[in-house]
This record gives sequence, C-alpha cells and structure tokens, in this order.
Amino acid sequence: MSLDRNLSLTGEAPRKLNHQQKLSTAVGILGLIILLLASFNVQLQPRWMFLTLALSAIAGGIIWFAKASYSGIPKGIKNDGAFLKPMTSRGVVAYATGIGLTGFYIILYFFPELIGLNENGANTGLIALFDPLSQFLANRPASQWFVYGTLYTIAILFFGIKFMWKYRHNRYQRLRTFSVSFFQLGFAFIIPELMARLNSKDFSLPYYDLKNIWPLNYYNFQQYRVDSMIEAGDVGLGLLIFGVVSIFIITPILTFKYGKRWYCSWVCGCGGLAETAGDPYRHLSDKSTRAWKIERWLVHGVVVFVTLMTTAVIYSYLGTDTSKYWLTKSSFLLGVAGILSLIFAWVMIFKRERIQKDAKYAAIGFFVLIIGLMGLHFISSTDQLFLLSAGDLQKSYGFLIGSIFSGVVGTGFYPILGNRVWCRFGCPMAAILGFQQKLFSRFRISTNGGQCISCGNCSTYCEMGIDVRAYAQKGQNIVRSSCVGCGICSAVCPRGVLKLENDKVKGRINPKDVLLGNDVNLMEYVNSKIKNF
Amino acid sequence: MKNIVIIGNGISGITAARHIRKFSDHHIQVISAESEYFFSRTALMYVYMGHMNWKHLLPYENDFWRKNDINLVHDRVKTVKPEVKKVLLDKGEPIAYDDLIIATGSKPNKFGWPGQELKGVRGLYSKQDLEALEYYVPNKKVCKRAVIVGGGLIGIELAEMLRSRDIPVTMLVRESNFWNNVLPDEEAKMLNEHIREHHIDLRLERNLDSIIDDGNGKVKAIKVKETSEVIGCDYVGLTPGVSPNVSFLKDSDIEINKGVVVNRYLETNIDHVYAIGDCAEQKKPIGNRPPIEAVWYTGRMMGEVVAQTICGNKTAYNPGNWFNSAKFLDIEYQTYGWVFNQPQNGDDDFYWKHPDENICIHIHYERSSRKFKGINTFGFRLRHEVMDKWLNEERSVDFVIDHIDEANFDPEFYEDPTKAIKKAFYKKHSNKAAV
Repeated sequence: MSLDRNLSLTGEAPRKLNHQQKLSTAVGILGLIILLLASFNVQLQPRWMFLTLALSAIAGGIIWFAKASYSGIPKGIKNDGAFLKPMTSRGVVAYATGIGLTGFYIILYFFPELIGLNENGANTGLIALFDPLSQFLANRPASQWFVYGTLYTIAILFFGIKFMWKYRHNRYQRLRTFSVSFFQLGFAFIIPELMARLNSKDFSLPYYDLKNIWPLNYYNFQQYRVDSMIEAGDVGLGLLIFGVVSIFIITPILTFKYGKRWYCSWVCGCGGLAETAGDPYRHLSDKSTRAWKIERWLVHGVVVFVTLMTTAVIYSYLGTDTSKYWLTKSSFLLGVAGILSLIFAWVMIFKRERIQKDAKYAAIGFFVLIIGLMGLHFISSTDQLFLLSAGDLQKSYGFLIGSIFSGVVGTGFYPILGNRVWCRFGCPMAAILGFQQKLFSRFRISTNGGQCISCGNCSTYCEMGIDVRAYAQKGQNIVRSSCVGCGICSAVCPRGVLKLENDKVKGRINPKDVLLGNDVNLMEYVNSKIKNF
Repeated sequence: MKNIVIIGNGISGITAARHIRKFSDHHIQVISAESEYFFSRTALMYVYMGHMNWKHLLPYENDFWRKNDINLVHDRVKTVKPEVKKVLLDKGEPIAYDDLIIATGSKPNKFGWPGQELKGVRGLYSKQDLEALEYYVPNKKVCKRAVIVGGGLIGIELAEMLRSRDIPVTMLVRESNFWNNVLPDEEAKMLNEHIREHHIDLRLERNLDSIIDDGNGKVKAIKVKETSEVIGCDYVGLTPGVSPNVSFLKDSDIEINKGVVVNRYLETNIDHVYAIGDCAEQKKPIGNRPPIEAVWYTGRMMGEVVAQTICGNKTAYNPGNWFNSAKFLDIEYQTYGWVFNQPQNGDDDFYWKHPDENICIHIHYERSSRKFKGINTFGFRLRHEVMDKWLNEERSVDFVIDHIDEANFDPEFYEDPTKAIKKAFYKKHSNKAAV
C-alpha cells in the first residue's frame, strides 16, 4: 500500500531535538570521543582525570538529555514521534549506531588487544585508561571485561534515571528500574570486584555475579570455576551450592509467585540494559506470528544446547571411582536423566492441554535426543559424551551463543531489531523461566472486561513481540511464556485495560468470545459454546 | 449456506463477520471503500503522533481474512436494491445477498457554516481524514495555527495530535466547561485546566460563525460568533459530534430517520436487511441510552448480537450496564453505570479529588434508597467486572465505597486512593458510616 509509505515518510518528528537536547548529546559524545582517542593510544595523562572526565561526560550528557526531554511538561506517556524520529525508526543514524555497537562487541570479544589488553605486561590504550579505577576497586589492572562492566553499569544507571524520568507517573516502572540498577551496581559490578580483592595465593574465588544464574551464566559449572570454588573452602562451597540452589529451588519458587518478571525485568543485567538503554527501541520488535514461531524454536533449541553442553562439561571432569568422590560420571548422568524424565513426565501427564501440538512434538524430540545421547555412554566405551568433545561443545556455545547471539546481535542490533532480541530468541534462562511461567505460576496480565478498543499500543510497545491486543480484544488474560512483565503494555494502554497481577492459579486462563457489556445470557451462551469447539 | 453481505469494515461489521464465521459456513463478503483491511479507528491519532505506524492499527494479520474465508471487497456501495436483494458498487459488479448487514458508521457533523467545504476544513473520523491532516498540517511551518470546533472526545484527540507537532491550537467549545454536556462541573473544570496546561488555547462558550476563504478555496481564518474575532488559521478541525453515514440509502426503501431505523433485533423495515453500530437508530431508545449510540463498544456488541440472529439463534440487542472510557491528554477516564452532568431528580452525588493529582471519582446514587447508579473515575482504573456485578446486584453507595478497593485496577505499587476516598465519604456521611 502506497499510503503506508506516505504516512511514515511525510510524517514529521514532533519536535526536532531542542537546543538542550543537542548540547547534551554533544556532551555525551565528547565522553565517547575521549574513550575513542584512548583506544587509538593517544596519551591522556593523568589517566584517572581523563577517565573521570569521560565517564562524567557520558553520565552527565544522559541526565541532561533526560531533563531536556521530560522536565517541565506534564507527566504521562512520552512516545511522541517514536516512529518519526530516525534514531528510533531505523533511520540512517540508527543503522550507524547499530554498526558502531556491533563493532565494539566484535573487538571486545575477539580482538581485545586492539583496545590495549596486554596480559603479560602493562595495558595500553582504552583498557589502560580504566586501570586506575580497577586498581582502586579490585587492586589489579583492568581487563576488557572490566571496561565493559563499567560502561555497562553506567549505561544502566544513567539511562535508568532517564527511564524513571520518562515514567515518573508510574511507580511500578520506577521501582523496577531502581531494582535493576541496584543489582547491576552491587551484584554485577562492585561485589565481584571487591571479592577479587580478597584473592591471594592460597585463596581465590572466580568472578561471581550472584544474580547471574545458570544457564544464562553458562560457564558457572566449568571445571576451573568449580575447582577454585571447592578449593576456597566453606565460602567457595557456599557459592557453588548457591549456584545449584538458585536454579533448582529459588527460581521456581519466585517464578511461581511472581512470574518470570522477578528476574527478567527486576534483577537480570541483560534485562536491565534492555529496559534502560534499550527502552527507546522497544517498539521495533517483530509482532508477526512468523517471528513467534522462530522464537519458540530458537530459544528452546538454545536450552537443549546449553543442557547438553553443561552436562558434557561436568561429565568430562568427573571421575569414575565412588570411593574418591561421591559424584561420578555415571551417577551424574543418571541424575540428569532422572530430572529431565521427571519434568518431561510431569508436563506430559498434567499439562498436556496447555502446550501446542508443535511444542509437544518438539518436547518429545528433544527428550528422546538427550536421553538417547546419554544412553550411548552406557553402551559404548567412548570417553566423549554426545559424540563431540566437551571442550568443542563449550567453545562453540561460548562463541555462537555467549558472544555472537547475546552480545553482537542481542545488544548491537538494539536500534534495528528492538531491545530484547537476545532475551526473546536466545536466552535459555528466559526460556526455562517462561516454560514455568506458562505452566505453573500465579502471574498473568488481566484484561479489563470489555474496555479494549483494539488500538494496538500494547502490542506495539511490547518489547517481546507479544501481540497483547489479540488477547485483550477477546477479553482474555495474557499468559505467555515470553512475557517479562515489564508492565509497559499496561502503562501505554489509554483505556486502563491491562493489569499485571499475581492471583490464584484457577481462572488464570479465561477464554471468552462475547465480551462484557452485552446481554448476560448471550455471553454465557456463546462463551460456553466456544469452549466446546 | 447463505450469502451474507456486510457494508462497512469497522468494528461492528467485522465483529459480525467474525462471529458469523464462528457459528456457520455462510459465504461472507465485507465491502469497504475506506480501507482494504479492518483497522482500529480509535487509534488513528497515534499514527499522526508517531506512536504507531499504519500497520500497527490492523488488529489482525492480513492473511487472517483468507484463512477464515471472509472475503474483503474494496469498493464503494452506490446503493442497495432490496427488491432484487442486490448491492450496487462504484466499480465492481453488483453483489447479490441473502442477508445484508449495514454497518457504515458515522460521518462528522457539519452545521451549514459558511466555508465548511473549503480546503483545509475536515473532521477526524476516517483514514482519508488522517491523510488530509498529514497533507494540510505536516508541521508548524505549513500550519501556523489550527482551530478545532467542538469540545468532545474527538476534539480533544485532535488537539493532542496537533500539539504533538508543536502546532498552536485554538479550541472553540460551546459549553461553559469542557464536555460539560456530559461531565459534571468538577471534572469538566479539571479538564479545562489540564487542556490549558498543554498550551491549548481553550475558548469556552464560543461558537463558530464562519470560515473565511483565502481566495483560492482554502481556509485562511475563522470568525467567532460571540465576539466577531477573526482567528487566522491554516486548518479547521470540525469535531462537533458525528451522525450516521447513511445518505447512500436515501433512494432505497430502507427506512431512514437520522440513522437506519431498527427494532431490538437490529432488523430494518425490510426482511433480511439489518443495521448495526453507529449508523443504526433504535426505534425506541433502550433505557437511558440514546437511540443512536456512536461508541466502539456498542458497535461491537451489536455485531455479536446480529451474528447470532443470522446464524439462526434469533437474539435481541440487550446491552448490559453502560460503560465507556476515554483519555484526555494525560488523564484516563472510565465510567460505569450512569453519571450525568447534574444528578437526576431524587439523586445525590459524592465527589472526591486527590489534593495534588488529577485523580478523582464522582458517584451518583438515589437519595432515598441509596442505590448506586454510576461512577466516573479520572486517573484511577476500575475493574469492569466488579463494577458490572455491583450494578447488576443494585448495591448501595455505602457498599460500593466500603468495597471500592476490590475494584481497584491501577498498576501494582500505585498510590492507593481508596483509603482517602473512604475517609472523605465517611466524613460526609458520618451518621450513616457503616463498615
């Protein structure tokens, strides 16, 4: 339709950037230029001063931009021009930003020496610029991960302030943003760095972000980490046990009570970045049923991959002699097979009707595959589980999923594909939490009777690409595994139709065909008839 | 299997089509000149404001219609020939029907003002109106000022749209406060302030006298009736309500008053011809409802009902409790039951407003029996199902206040206004306080 093009091409941005917005952007870019100069080995001395200058310029620029955008005008929804401004509607500047971010991730993951990493001597370039801060916090020189962690934390904190300003009328949004900022600053940044301070020759803990739970933290059970945790005595053992408990006990309880939002949009670092720095791009997510289909296959495929990989890795370093250590290769494999069979049986027996046909086939397929591969171990003599070596599996997972998917694509493509690409299509943690949210949780988004006008704000601003309207206009509650509970659908709804809530499990799913407002008898008649279809 | 033809692909016609499909395998054709696919009319404003693109207004993916065997015809209906059961089109061949549903909606009112047909003078109802707006009012350079005539729900939406592009807006409102013909004074005055807070030049008790030509057939200015003031402008938005879009039927035998006249079964005077939605006019009004209800929800409800009748389960249009909602710039509004701009004879009211925020409620109830009649809320969301239940159960105002927290539908962690509401109510009704 030519009209579509007309409307979006001739439509003009509400207010082009005002003077203050332009100036504040310039200040932020100034900070980035300092970082860029450092990357090209321009000598900026003293380093602590230039580092402070660069980080303050970035932080100050963001806050000033937020003030210029949201202060002095009535509070409320601030989406004017989202599809008219090039930065938030896939204009040239958005592509340039995407390419810039993608390039940064490629250098970070694969060529850190280009920004000055030197493991055998003094750092140079950008990484050296961060040495003073790293020395101050952890008493060691910076690494590329320290640089990344610092910038990541600054992005969440200051874009978080911008987000809270934008949604200052909405307490759910403010609290949630405060929470992700807190967990990023404390758990992901400061505590691990301080823990590194405690390390000495005979006591060493690996970097541990306590909120980063397996399988998002796919390397948590690798040999070097497990070894060093066990060697670190009670504290280390405590961390190891916490790692296991958090996925098998804490996570299911919290997800049952609150839905997966407790993690995805209140705690998680990936979610934190998506909700703050990524917020201006949330409407770019693909809402088509085709995208939904791709999402289901991809994200559950990653779960299978990470399960196989982790099993193979742990298997590879376990022994065979029960007298040396209680957990052996065989007992571990039997344990994994047992847990998987229990989950599979529970779903197939009690939750059959809640999963779609293709999901059922996929579940059976995956289950047979995993159990079959494990079975091979007991009938063959090969030392390699799953036909591939654990090392290869781990490397390919780290490369494909850990680096390319979650970093390069997941964050680099914010301005093009939206801010939750990783969370939606790739994150195995989100998939596991979502699986539980759909089958066993009190969380739902309630629809308010017959009040929906099908306007589409909810679907448009759903970062996970859920067609919220499709449910709301049927008067049906939204119970979807991918929902991260960000609450934006409820915020942008002009008619007060949506409410995120935790309530009784019964009545969570409520198919309706004739909506509230009509003759009560007709409603009962039609809705009962539809149920029998 | 019957041939069902539906004229109009708005919420009424499309709801009818979907429900007929659910209950039958009738052949269904939906005719529209306005747009190829069903879109959400209520969301037109968001395209201009850049919150959404056109495609986001479509509630169903394009292949939904083929999958459900609902045939879309993109053409204009010239007239209907009930005597031969045919619909005549502008371009295509005539279409024969067994059952015909007229769901052609509304058109903006024009009250015979001089200059009302000039270029740059439009209502805001159709997709074409949106295109015209984009053409005449792309930015504040092309349009130095816009004047909106009429202070209803569409007028305020149009004002919000124009302000999103920084265009100076003057609004002429007939009533002494915004939407005061529907809202009580308290709410209407709160909205006056909020509208002005958005830098909209709100002129109360002002009517349009005439629209002035720039010599080339385009609007140059308007003249205000009461003051004779001339206000220069490049666009005039006419939003003084809507009326049924039925002029194409005037030469047919179908009975027309303001709208297509129907009985409670949504049947017209001619067998096998039905009318639903904005264009239908009830022969006898239902309860407090006007004979023509130009509301999204009632259009949908009539679509649900007529589908039953057509599929063999003859059903009367029997709407439940009145409800509606809107958003005035940043303030959400919901209403359940009946609240008029003045309490009806024998009724009393209770009003509460947050001391600092644009949050308020207004309840009307019968003075003697204390029966709860209806509630307006601003900036405070209520649960439709709960309110509907209480209205059905004919609860007292005291019960509603006592349990108001159960109806709270605000997002989690919002400041809960229900305690303050209860306190204010008990203070006013201290002799009747009952918990």
